[in-house]
Amino acid sequence: MIAAWSVAGADGAVGEELLLAFDRARPVRVLVCPAWFDEANKLRRFTVEVMRRLDKAGIDSFLPDLPGCNDSLAKLETQTLGGWREGMSAAAHVFGATHVLAIRAGALLAPAHLPGWHYAPQSGPKTLRGMIRARTIAAREAGREETAEALMALGRSKGLVLGGWPLGAAMIRELERAEPELAEGQSVIAQSALGGPGLWLRAEPDEDPRQSDALAAIIAGSLA
Amino acid sequence: MNANPTLASEAAEAALDQELKGLIADVLGLDPAQAAALAPDSGLFGHLPELDSMAVAGLLTEMEDRLGIVIEDDDVDGEMLETYGGLLAFARAKLAGD
Repeated sequence: MIAAWSVAGADGAVGEELLLAFDRARPVRVLVCPAWFDEANKLRRFTVEVMRRLDKAGIDSFLPDLPGCNDSLAKLETQTLGGWREGMSAAAHVFGATHVLAIRAGALLAPAHLPGWHYAPQSGPKTLRGMIRARTIAAREAGREETAEALMALGRSKGLVLGGWPLGAAMIRELERAEPELAEGQSVIAQSALGGPGLWLRAEPDEDPRQSDALAAIIAGSLA
Repeated sequence: MNANPTLASEAAEAALDQELKGLIADVLGLDPAQAAALAPDSGLFGHLPELDSMAVAGLLTEMEDRLGIVIEDDDVDGEMLETYGGLLAFARAKLAGD
């Protein structure tokens, strides 16, 4: 089901964002906090494939877009980590979520009051480091010299475009210190449990039905 | 204790080669036979359109995790990324504490 949901953006204005959901009013309702930025594209199909399998297993799931993501009218550069956390908490309440499935950096947004799973969680510093590195490599290829230290200093004060994503200074400062925290009832599902390499590593988006099967089975199994 | 240091280092070299080929297979979506066919002069960054700067950054981060090394900005140059042999030589030197 493709629908919309309302959420306050960084400026406090309420906007409409996309919602992909399998909602059949069943008792278990999983809020999905997806991967971010480049990894969001690479893991999108995998994420929805897991949701389709959860649907078949009798489990509802909700994948809300946050302000600044995908087709949002809100600007990404004005978003903050704190704002996105509030957005995911609001989503949990609006959808009546009973559990959370956080994917990669999505673990930074997992509402602490929900039990659930962090799949291959990624920290803020590692997320930034990968994107900064991509930028310095691209710059070097183009004959320019950029250093990670100088880019981070600029990012902290003025914001930075990384991998095509314009990130505000507040977001960069927050990400530098953001570590995923396991709340009570939450556990980590490591990539090794899925029996293949992480799809975020792939140079191009791909899918792997066996990995989707494995993640959905782990979730359904831990609820049984 | 290794009775034969040459054999031991050959085994370590083979293990590194396998680890690195596996990693490139994970990034490029190669099957094991294609990955095994990677040669020292097989082209990487700048030769494969899908291997862009973001994919290379991911590859280097995963190398750090899997090999237990830290790759500094200054380490990264065109030569080490251009061919499989360049990347292997870089990883070997890093592991040797260079």
